[in-house]
Amino acid sequence: MRPAWSVVLLTTLLGAGQGLFLALYGSDLFGFSFSGFLVGGTAISLTLCGAGLAASFFHLGRPERAWRSAAQWRTSWLSREVIAIPLFMALAGTYGVMHWLGMREGALAAGALAAVACLALYVCTGMIYACLKFLQEWHSPLTVVNFTLLGTASGFTGAAALAAQGNLSMGKTYAMAALAATLLAAVTRGAALARNARLRPRSSPQTAIGIKHPRIAQKAQGAMGGSFNTREFFHGAGPMRLAAVKWGFLAGAFGIPAALLLLQFNSIAFLIQLAGLVAERWYFFAEARHPQNLYYQAIS
Amino acid sequence: MTQLALVIDLNVCVGCHACVTSCKEWNTQGAAGPLSDQNPRGKDPSGTFFNRVQTFEVGEYPDTQTVHFPKSCLHCEDPPCVPVCPTGASYKRAEDGIVLVDYDKCIGCKYCAWACPYGARELDEAQKVMKKCTLCVDRIYDGALPERDRKPACVLACPTSARLFGDIHDPASEVSIAIREQGGYALMPEWGTHPANHYLPRRKTEFRVREEDLQRFDNPLKVDGLLPKPAASEPALDDVTSW
Repeated sequence: MRPAWSVVLLTTLLGAGQGLFLALYGSDLFGFSFSGFLVGGTAISLTLCGAGLAASFFHLGRPERAWRSAAQWRTSWLSREVIAIPLFMALAGTYGVMHWLGMREGALAAGALAAVACLALYVCTGMIYACLKFLQEWHSPLTVVNFTLLGTASGFTGAAALAAQGNLSMGKTYAMAALAATLLAAVTRGAALARNARLRPRSSPQTAIGIKHPRIAQKAQGAMGGSFNTREFFHGAGPMRLAAVKWGFLAGAFGIPAALLLLQFNSIAFLIQLAGLVAERWYFFAEARHPQNLYYQAIS
Repeated sequence: MTQLALVIDLNVCVGCHACVTSCKEWNTQGAAGPLSDQNPRGKDPSGTFFNRVQTFEVGEYPDTQTVHFPKSCLHCEDPPCVPVCPTGASYKRAEDGIVLVDYDKCIGCKYCAWACPYGARELDEAQKVMKKCTLCVDRIYDGALPERDRKPACVLACPTSARLFGDIHDPASEVSIAIREQGGYALMPEWGTHPANHYLPRRKTEFRVREEDLQRFDNPLKVDGLLPKPAASEPALDDVTSW
């Protein structure tokens, strides 16, 4: 698949915004209720989500019709995500506003609902990709787990960075939680990489055109100048670049931020992890081999 | 329940692309149009098509065969592109099984194209909505056309009659008989999409002439060869019966 920058940004920023909210609400539950920090943090969480949402509009051919996309929530995970995003943002916003007004009890109740919506949103986002069974690289529970854990890790790192900026004592606790989430995410993302490296594609040129001969070579694809099918489903990156992105994201999303969190360089850790997760998401898309590519192996 | 579909005979297709041009011609000016082109005469031409003919080489030189392979939407009986659509623009008609896109509802998110293992859907770069084969739905039900023209444009255009059109749920239809009796098969059956369109396999065309086709074999009395050859002057059969 060709990674679409709009979707890469949507999923990374949204995930980080959700994770930041989870960090704030989690610490709030444990009694850390410095409302100024929670209000500011919630505002930043919503800004991240809003930026992701804005990026997602660039993915649409007809963004003015985006409101229609909530219609098919019974069958479409994309539709469910479209409902879950504003729901989460509204509930998280309520949480922030209640803290701002000094209503801690109400804030905790709104926060609980927002946390549920937040987890549901992670599931929706992950399932958009995991439900496509012939994209074998994505069709795994690990996809949902990774979207959740990667978002949580970056959000926790973001909370640690914010606390460090404000010279708050919570910085260290956030950093340790972020470190744990980052390491856990590294394990599950590594598991997905290992799984995908061993995948055998179920479709082959033989099943694609239904001819049982071991040697089938494409000679023409019906168009000389390319088509939507050649633009949308091929990333065009060579094996060197793919490997560079893979090792880059393993370092940028996991290794380097983990080391920086240990050393309490929280802010720089957050920026590097966010960049690493953008690379991770790019690789996530590039790694998926769409079976339609079997029909587009040679121009002429 | 009706399920309209195409059956494409790979044994007969010569790869002339008449179905491609005819499809484009009909659909770019029909209800589904326009099917926009980008740079049609420029350096990097591109465009939206419902139907493409691809060519594959099977085997190793010198034992190779060229297979021309027309590819369009297969109108799956369990279409994976339909449930993923967030707006309901992509739908499968209950009455005849055609999978269609409502261009007025499509938001161009391309999720349905990702969800199609066959690459049958193409985003129109001018209209920014997803497009795909409609089985010429605006033509096959057009009562103003003579009965014989109420078929998809590609079927009518095919010079070798490699494309059949009909209801695969009707066991007596031309397409059902072709699938049943000529080994019709579906593409990528491993994904459980149950494509409605079927392909007929290549067959080795042999002209078998047996001895008994030329010489009467079952001649138990051995009298065939003994019949006297009548002379030209003798009465012919007509004379006998005219007694």
